[in-house]
Amino acid sequence: MDFSNFLILRDELFLTIVILFLFLFDLCAPGKARKALPPLACLLLLAQVVFCCLPQEAGTAFGGMYFTSPFTSAVKAIMGTGTLLVFLFARKWLDSDHEIAKGEFYYLMLNTLLGMHFMVSSGHFLMFFIGFELASIPLACMVAYDKKSEISAEAGAKFILNAAFAGGISLFGISLLYGGCGTLYFEDLPRTLSGTPLQIAGLVFFATGLFFKMSLVPYHSWTADVYQGAPTHVSAYLSVVSKTAAAVSLFLIFVKVFGLMAESWRPVLYVLTILSITIANLFAIRQKDIKRFLAYSSISQAGYVILGVVAATPYGQTGVLYYLLVYMFANLAAFGIAALVEHHGGGTRISAYDGLYKTNPKLAVLMMFALFSLAGIPPFAGFFSKFFIFAAAAQQGFYVLVFIALLNTIVSLYYYLLVVKAMFINPNEHPLPAFKSDAGSRIAMTVCLAGILLGGIVSATYNFISTL
Amino acid sequence: MNLLSVFVLIPVLMLSGLFLAKSRKQVLLVSATGASLLLAAAAVLCFLFLGERQSGNTGTMLFTASFSWFPAWNISYSVGVDGISVLMILLSAIIVFTGTFTSWNIDPMPKEYFMWFCLLSIGVFGFFISLDLFTMFMFYEVALIPMYLLIGVWGSGNKERSAMKLTLMLMGGSALLLLGILGVYFSSGAQSMDIMTMSRSSIPVVLQRYFFPFVFIGFGILGALFPFHTWSPDGHASAPTAVSMLHAGVLMKLGGYGCFRVAMFLMPEAANELGWIFLLLTGISVVYGAFSACVQKDLKYINAYSSVSHCGLVLFALLMMNTTAMTGAIVQMLSHGLMTALFFALIGMIYGRTHTRDIREMGGLMKIVPFLGVSYVIAGLASLGLPGLSGFVAEMNVFVGSFQHADTFRRVLTLVAVTSIVITAVYILRVVGKILYGPVHDPRHLELKDAVWFERFPVVVLITAIAAIGLFPGWITEWIGQALFPIVDRLNVAAL
Repeated sequence: MDFSNFLILRDELFLTIVILFLFLFDLCAPGKARKALPPLACLLLLAQVVFCCLPQEAGTAFGGMYFTSPFTSAVKAIMGTGTLLVFLFARKWLDSDHEIAKGEFYYLMLNTLLGMHFMVSSGHFLMFFIGFELASIPLACMVAYDKKSEISAEAGAKFILNAAFAGGISLFGISLLYGGCGTLYFEDLPRTLSGTPLQIAGLVFFATGLFFKMSLVPYHSWTADVYQGAPTHVSAYLSVVSKTAAAVSLFLIFVKVFGLMAESWRPVLYVLTILSITIANLFAIRQKDIKRFLAYSSISQAGYVILGVVAATPYGQTGVLYYLLVYMFANLAAFGIAALVEHHGGGTRISAYDGLYKTNPKLAVLMMFALFSLAGIPPFAGFFSKFFIFAAAAQQGFYVLVFIALLNTIVSLYYYLLVVKAMFINPNEHPLPAFKSDAGSRIAMTVCLAGILLGGIVSATYNFISTL
Repeated sequence: MNLLSVFVLIPVLMLSGLFLAKSRKQVLLVSATGASLLLAAAAVLCFLFLGERQSGNTGTMLFTASFSWFPAWNISYSVGVDGISVLMILLSAIIVFTGTFTSWNIDPMPKEYFMWFCLLSIGVFGFFISLDLFTMFMFYEVALIPMYLLIGVWGSGNKERSAMKLTLMLMGGSALLLLGILGVYFSSGAQSMDIMTMSRSSIPVVLQRYFFPFVFIGFGILGALFPFHTWSPDGHASAPTAVSMLHAGVLMKLGGYGCFRVAMFLMPEAANELGWIFLLLTGISVVYGAFSACVQKDLKYINAYSSVSHCGLVLFALLMMNTTAMTGAIVQMLSHGLMTALFFALIGMIYGRTHTRDIREMGGLMKIVPFLGVSYVIAGLASLGLPGLSGFVAEMNVFVGSFQHADTFRRVLTLVAVTSIVITAVYILRVVGKILYGPVHDPRHLELKDAVWFERFPVVVLITAIAAIGLFPGWITEWIGQALFPIVDRLNVAAL
C-alpha cells in the first residue's frame, strides 16, 4: 500500500493529531499542568494554520473521494484563523466560570473544524456528508455548553433537531442523486447530468443541508434563538467558521459539480439571496438584543455571499472567499466585544451600549469599525469585499439582483448605525463602567482590527486570493 | 511620490497627529498646521498648473500618475487634474482652512471632532484628484460617513434624526451610483476603470439609457437634485458650523462635479437624450429652493434652501451643455461654495452670541456687532448676484449660456430659472433687514461682543476669495473653458 497518498491529507492528519493530543493531555495531565491546555491549544492551532499555508500541490486521494488544491488550503487556513480568534476571545470566559468544563471546549470545537475541512475537501457526496455531520453534532454540544443556563440547553436542542432534520433531508437528496446519476463522485457526476427531474429533486433536497448551515431564509428560523442561547463565543464560531465552510462547499458543489445545471439552480439561489438579505435586514432593525441582532445581520451577510455563487465565475469564487475572510474579522470583532460587554456586567441588551464610548473608548471604536466594515463603508475592508462580490454578479448581467442587494445595504447601514448611535450619541447616566479586557481578547481584537483596516486597502490580500 | 497624492497624505498625517495629540492645544496646533499646509499645497498646485499650461502643455489631465491596485478588475490608483479639479481643490482647501478656525471653540471632544473632520477632507481631496472610477467612488463614500457622527454628536436641534436622514439618503445615492459605475465599466468593455481610458471606448446607447440615470441621480442626490434634496435643509440646520460650511461648500460640489465628469462625459448620448428630464427637475430645484427660503424663519434653514436653489442652478447649467453655461456652472460651484461657507460661518458666530437662529428674535445687530453685520451683508450681496462679487459672474454666464439655445423648452426654462434671482433678492434682503437693521429686539443683545481674531480670520479669507472671483474672473473662466473643451466636444458630437 502506498502511504504517500495520505500526505495529501496533511492538514486533516495534523488536526487529528492535535485533537487526540489535547484529549489525552486533558485526560492524563495532573491538575496543575492542565492549566497549560488553553495556550497549548492555541499554539497547536496556530501551527496548524501555518501548516495549511505551506504550499501544496493539487491532488486527490482515495480514488477521488478527497481532493485538495491551493484554494481549499486557503479556506482551511481562514477557518483555522477564525477558530483561533474564537479561542483567544473565549479564554477568559472559560477560566472565570468554574462550573463549566474547560478542555472539551477546545477539542470539540476542533472536531467540528475537522469536519469542515472534510466538507471543503470532499470529492464524493458521502465524504461530504460525513464531514457535514462531524461538523454538526459536536456543535450541538457546544451550543448547549453552558450547563447552568436553560436557554443554552434549549438552543442546543433546537440546533440538534434542526441539524438532524437538515442532515436527513440532505442524505435523502444524496440518495436521489445516486439514483439519478449512478455515481456520487464529484469528478464523474458532471458527465451524467442531463437535468432530469430526479436529478433536480436530488440537488434540491441535498442543498437543504447547506442552506441550513448557512442559515439562508427560509432555513433560518433556528438562527436567532440558537445564537441568543448559545455562549457568545460559540455563536461567533457558528456565524463565521461554520458559515465559511458551508458557503465554500456550496460554491464548489454548485459551480464545479452542478455547473451544467446552472439554469436549474440559479433561479433558486437568486430568490434565496433576495429573501435572505431583505427579510433578515427587516428583522434586524427590530432587535433589542445584540446577539439576536448580530444573528440577523449574519443571515443577511450570508445572502451577499450567495451573490458570488450566482455569478458562478472565477471572479465569483474569489469574491466569495474574500468576502468570507473580511466578514470573519469584522463579525468576530463584533461578537468578541459583545462577549466582553456581556461578561463585564453589561448583559446582551443593545441599550447596555449607550454611552460606551465615554467609558470604554477603544472597544467602542473597534465595534464601530467592525459594524462599518459589515455595512460596507470605506476605507474598511467590508467596502472592498462588497464591491467585488457585486462586481462579480454584475459582470454576469445580474443587475437587478445587485440593485436589490445595494438597496439593502442602506437598510443594513441603518441598523448598524443604531448601535453606533447608542455608543457615541445616546446619553446615559450610568454607562458600563470602564474595564480592562484580558490579554487573549486584546490579541484577538488587534488581529481583527488589522484585518478590518488593512484587509481592503492593502490589495495583496485580494490579489492573492484571485490567483488561487 | 506624486504631487497630487500630497492632498491625501497631509490629512492622513494630520489624522495620525491628532491620534497622538494629548491636549486641546495640541489638537488645535495639528489641525491648524495641517489646514495651512493644505492651503499652501493648493496654492502651489495652482502655480505649477499655470506654469505647465504656459509652457505649452495641452494635455487634458496634468500631473497624472497611476499605480495598479486590483489588477483583476483593472482598478488602479490613478490621479490627475485639469483646470476644474485644480479650482475645486483650491476651494476645498480654503473651506477646510476656514472651517478649522471656525471650529476653534468646538466642545466636547475636540480631538474626535477634528479626526472626523480630517477623514472628511481625505474623502473630498481624494475625490477631486481621482481619475479612476473605483477610487473616486471610494473617496466619495469616505467623505459621506463622517457626517453621521459629526452631526449626531456635535450638532444641535433634532440632530439624530437629521444625521440619520442625511446619511441614509446620501448612501442611497451612492448605492445607485455603484450600480451605475459597474454598468459603465462592463458596458465599456471592462478594459479599465480609468475615466480617460473609458472615454475612448464608447458605450452602446441602449445601455447608456439605463445607466445614465443611475449615475446622474446618484451624484445628483448630493447636489440636492429635486426631489432628493430633503436631506439638505435638515442636515445643514442640525450640523455644527464648520460641518455645514464643508458640507454645503464642498461636499455638495462633489455631486455636481461627478455629474459632468462621470455621467455626462462617459455617456454623452444618453445625456443628450435624457437631459431634458433632469433639466426639468433642476429647474424645479432652482425655483422651489428659492421660494422655500422666503418663508423660513431659521437662519440656517434659509441658507440650506438657498443652497438647494443655487446647487440646482449648477446642475441646471451643466445640463445646458454649452461652454458658456457650463463655465457658469463651475464658477457657480466655486462662488456658492465660498459664500455659503461664509454664510454658515457667520450664522454660527451669530448663534454663538444670541443663542437663537430665529430671525424674529433678532434685530438691530448691525450697530452691536458691526463686523459680523457687514460681512453678512457682503455674503448676501454675493448671493443675489451683485456685480463685483462672485455670484454675478456665475449667474451671468449661466443665464447667457442657457438662453443661447434656440429651442423653446430650454428658453422657457431659462426664463423660469431667472426669476430665482429676484426671489433670492427677496429673502436675502428680508433677512438682512430683519436681523441687522431696525430696533434691537432683545435688550440682552446690546452687550454682545464683536468677532475675535479666530473668527475674523476665516471671514476675511472667504470675502477676499469671493471678491477675487468677482473682480478678476478672466483667469478662472479661461482654465474652466480649457478643461471643459473635451467634455463639451463629446456632448456636441453625441448630439449630432
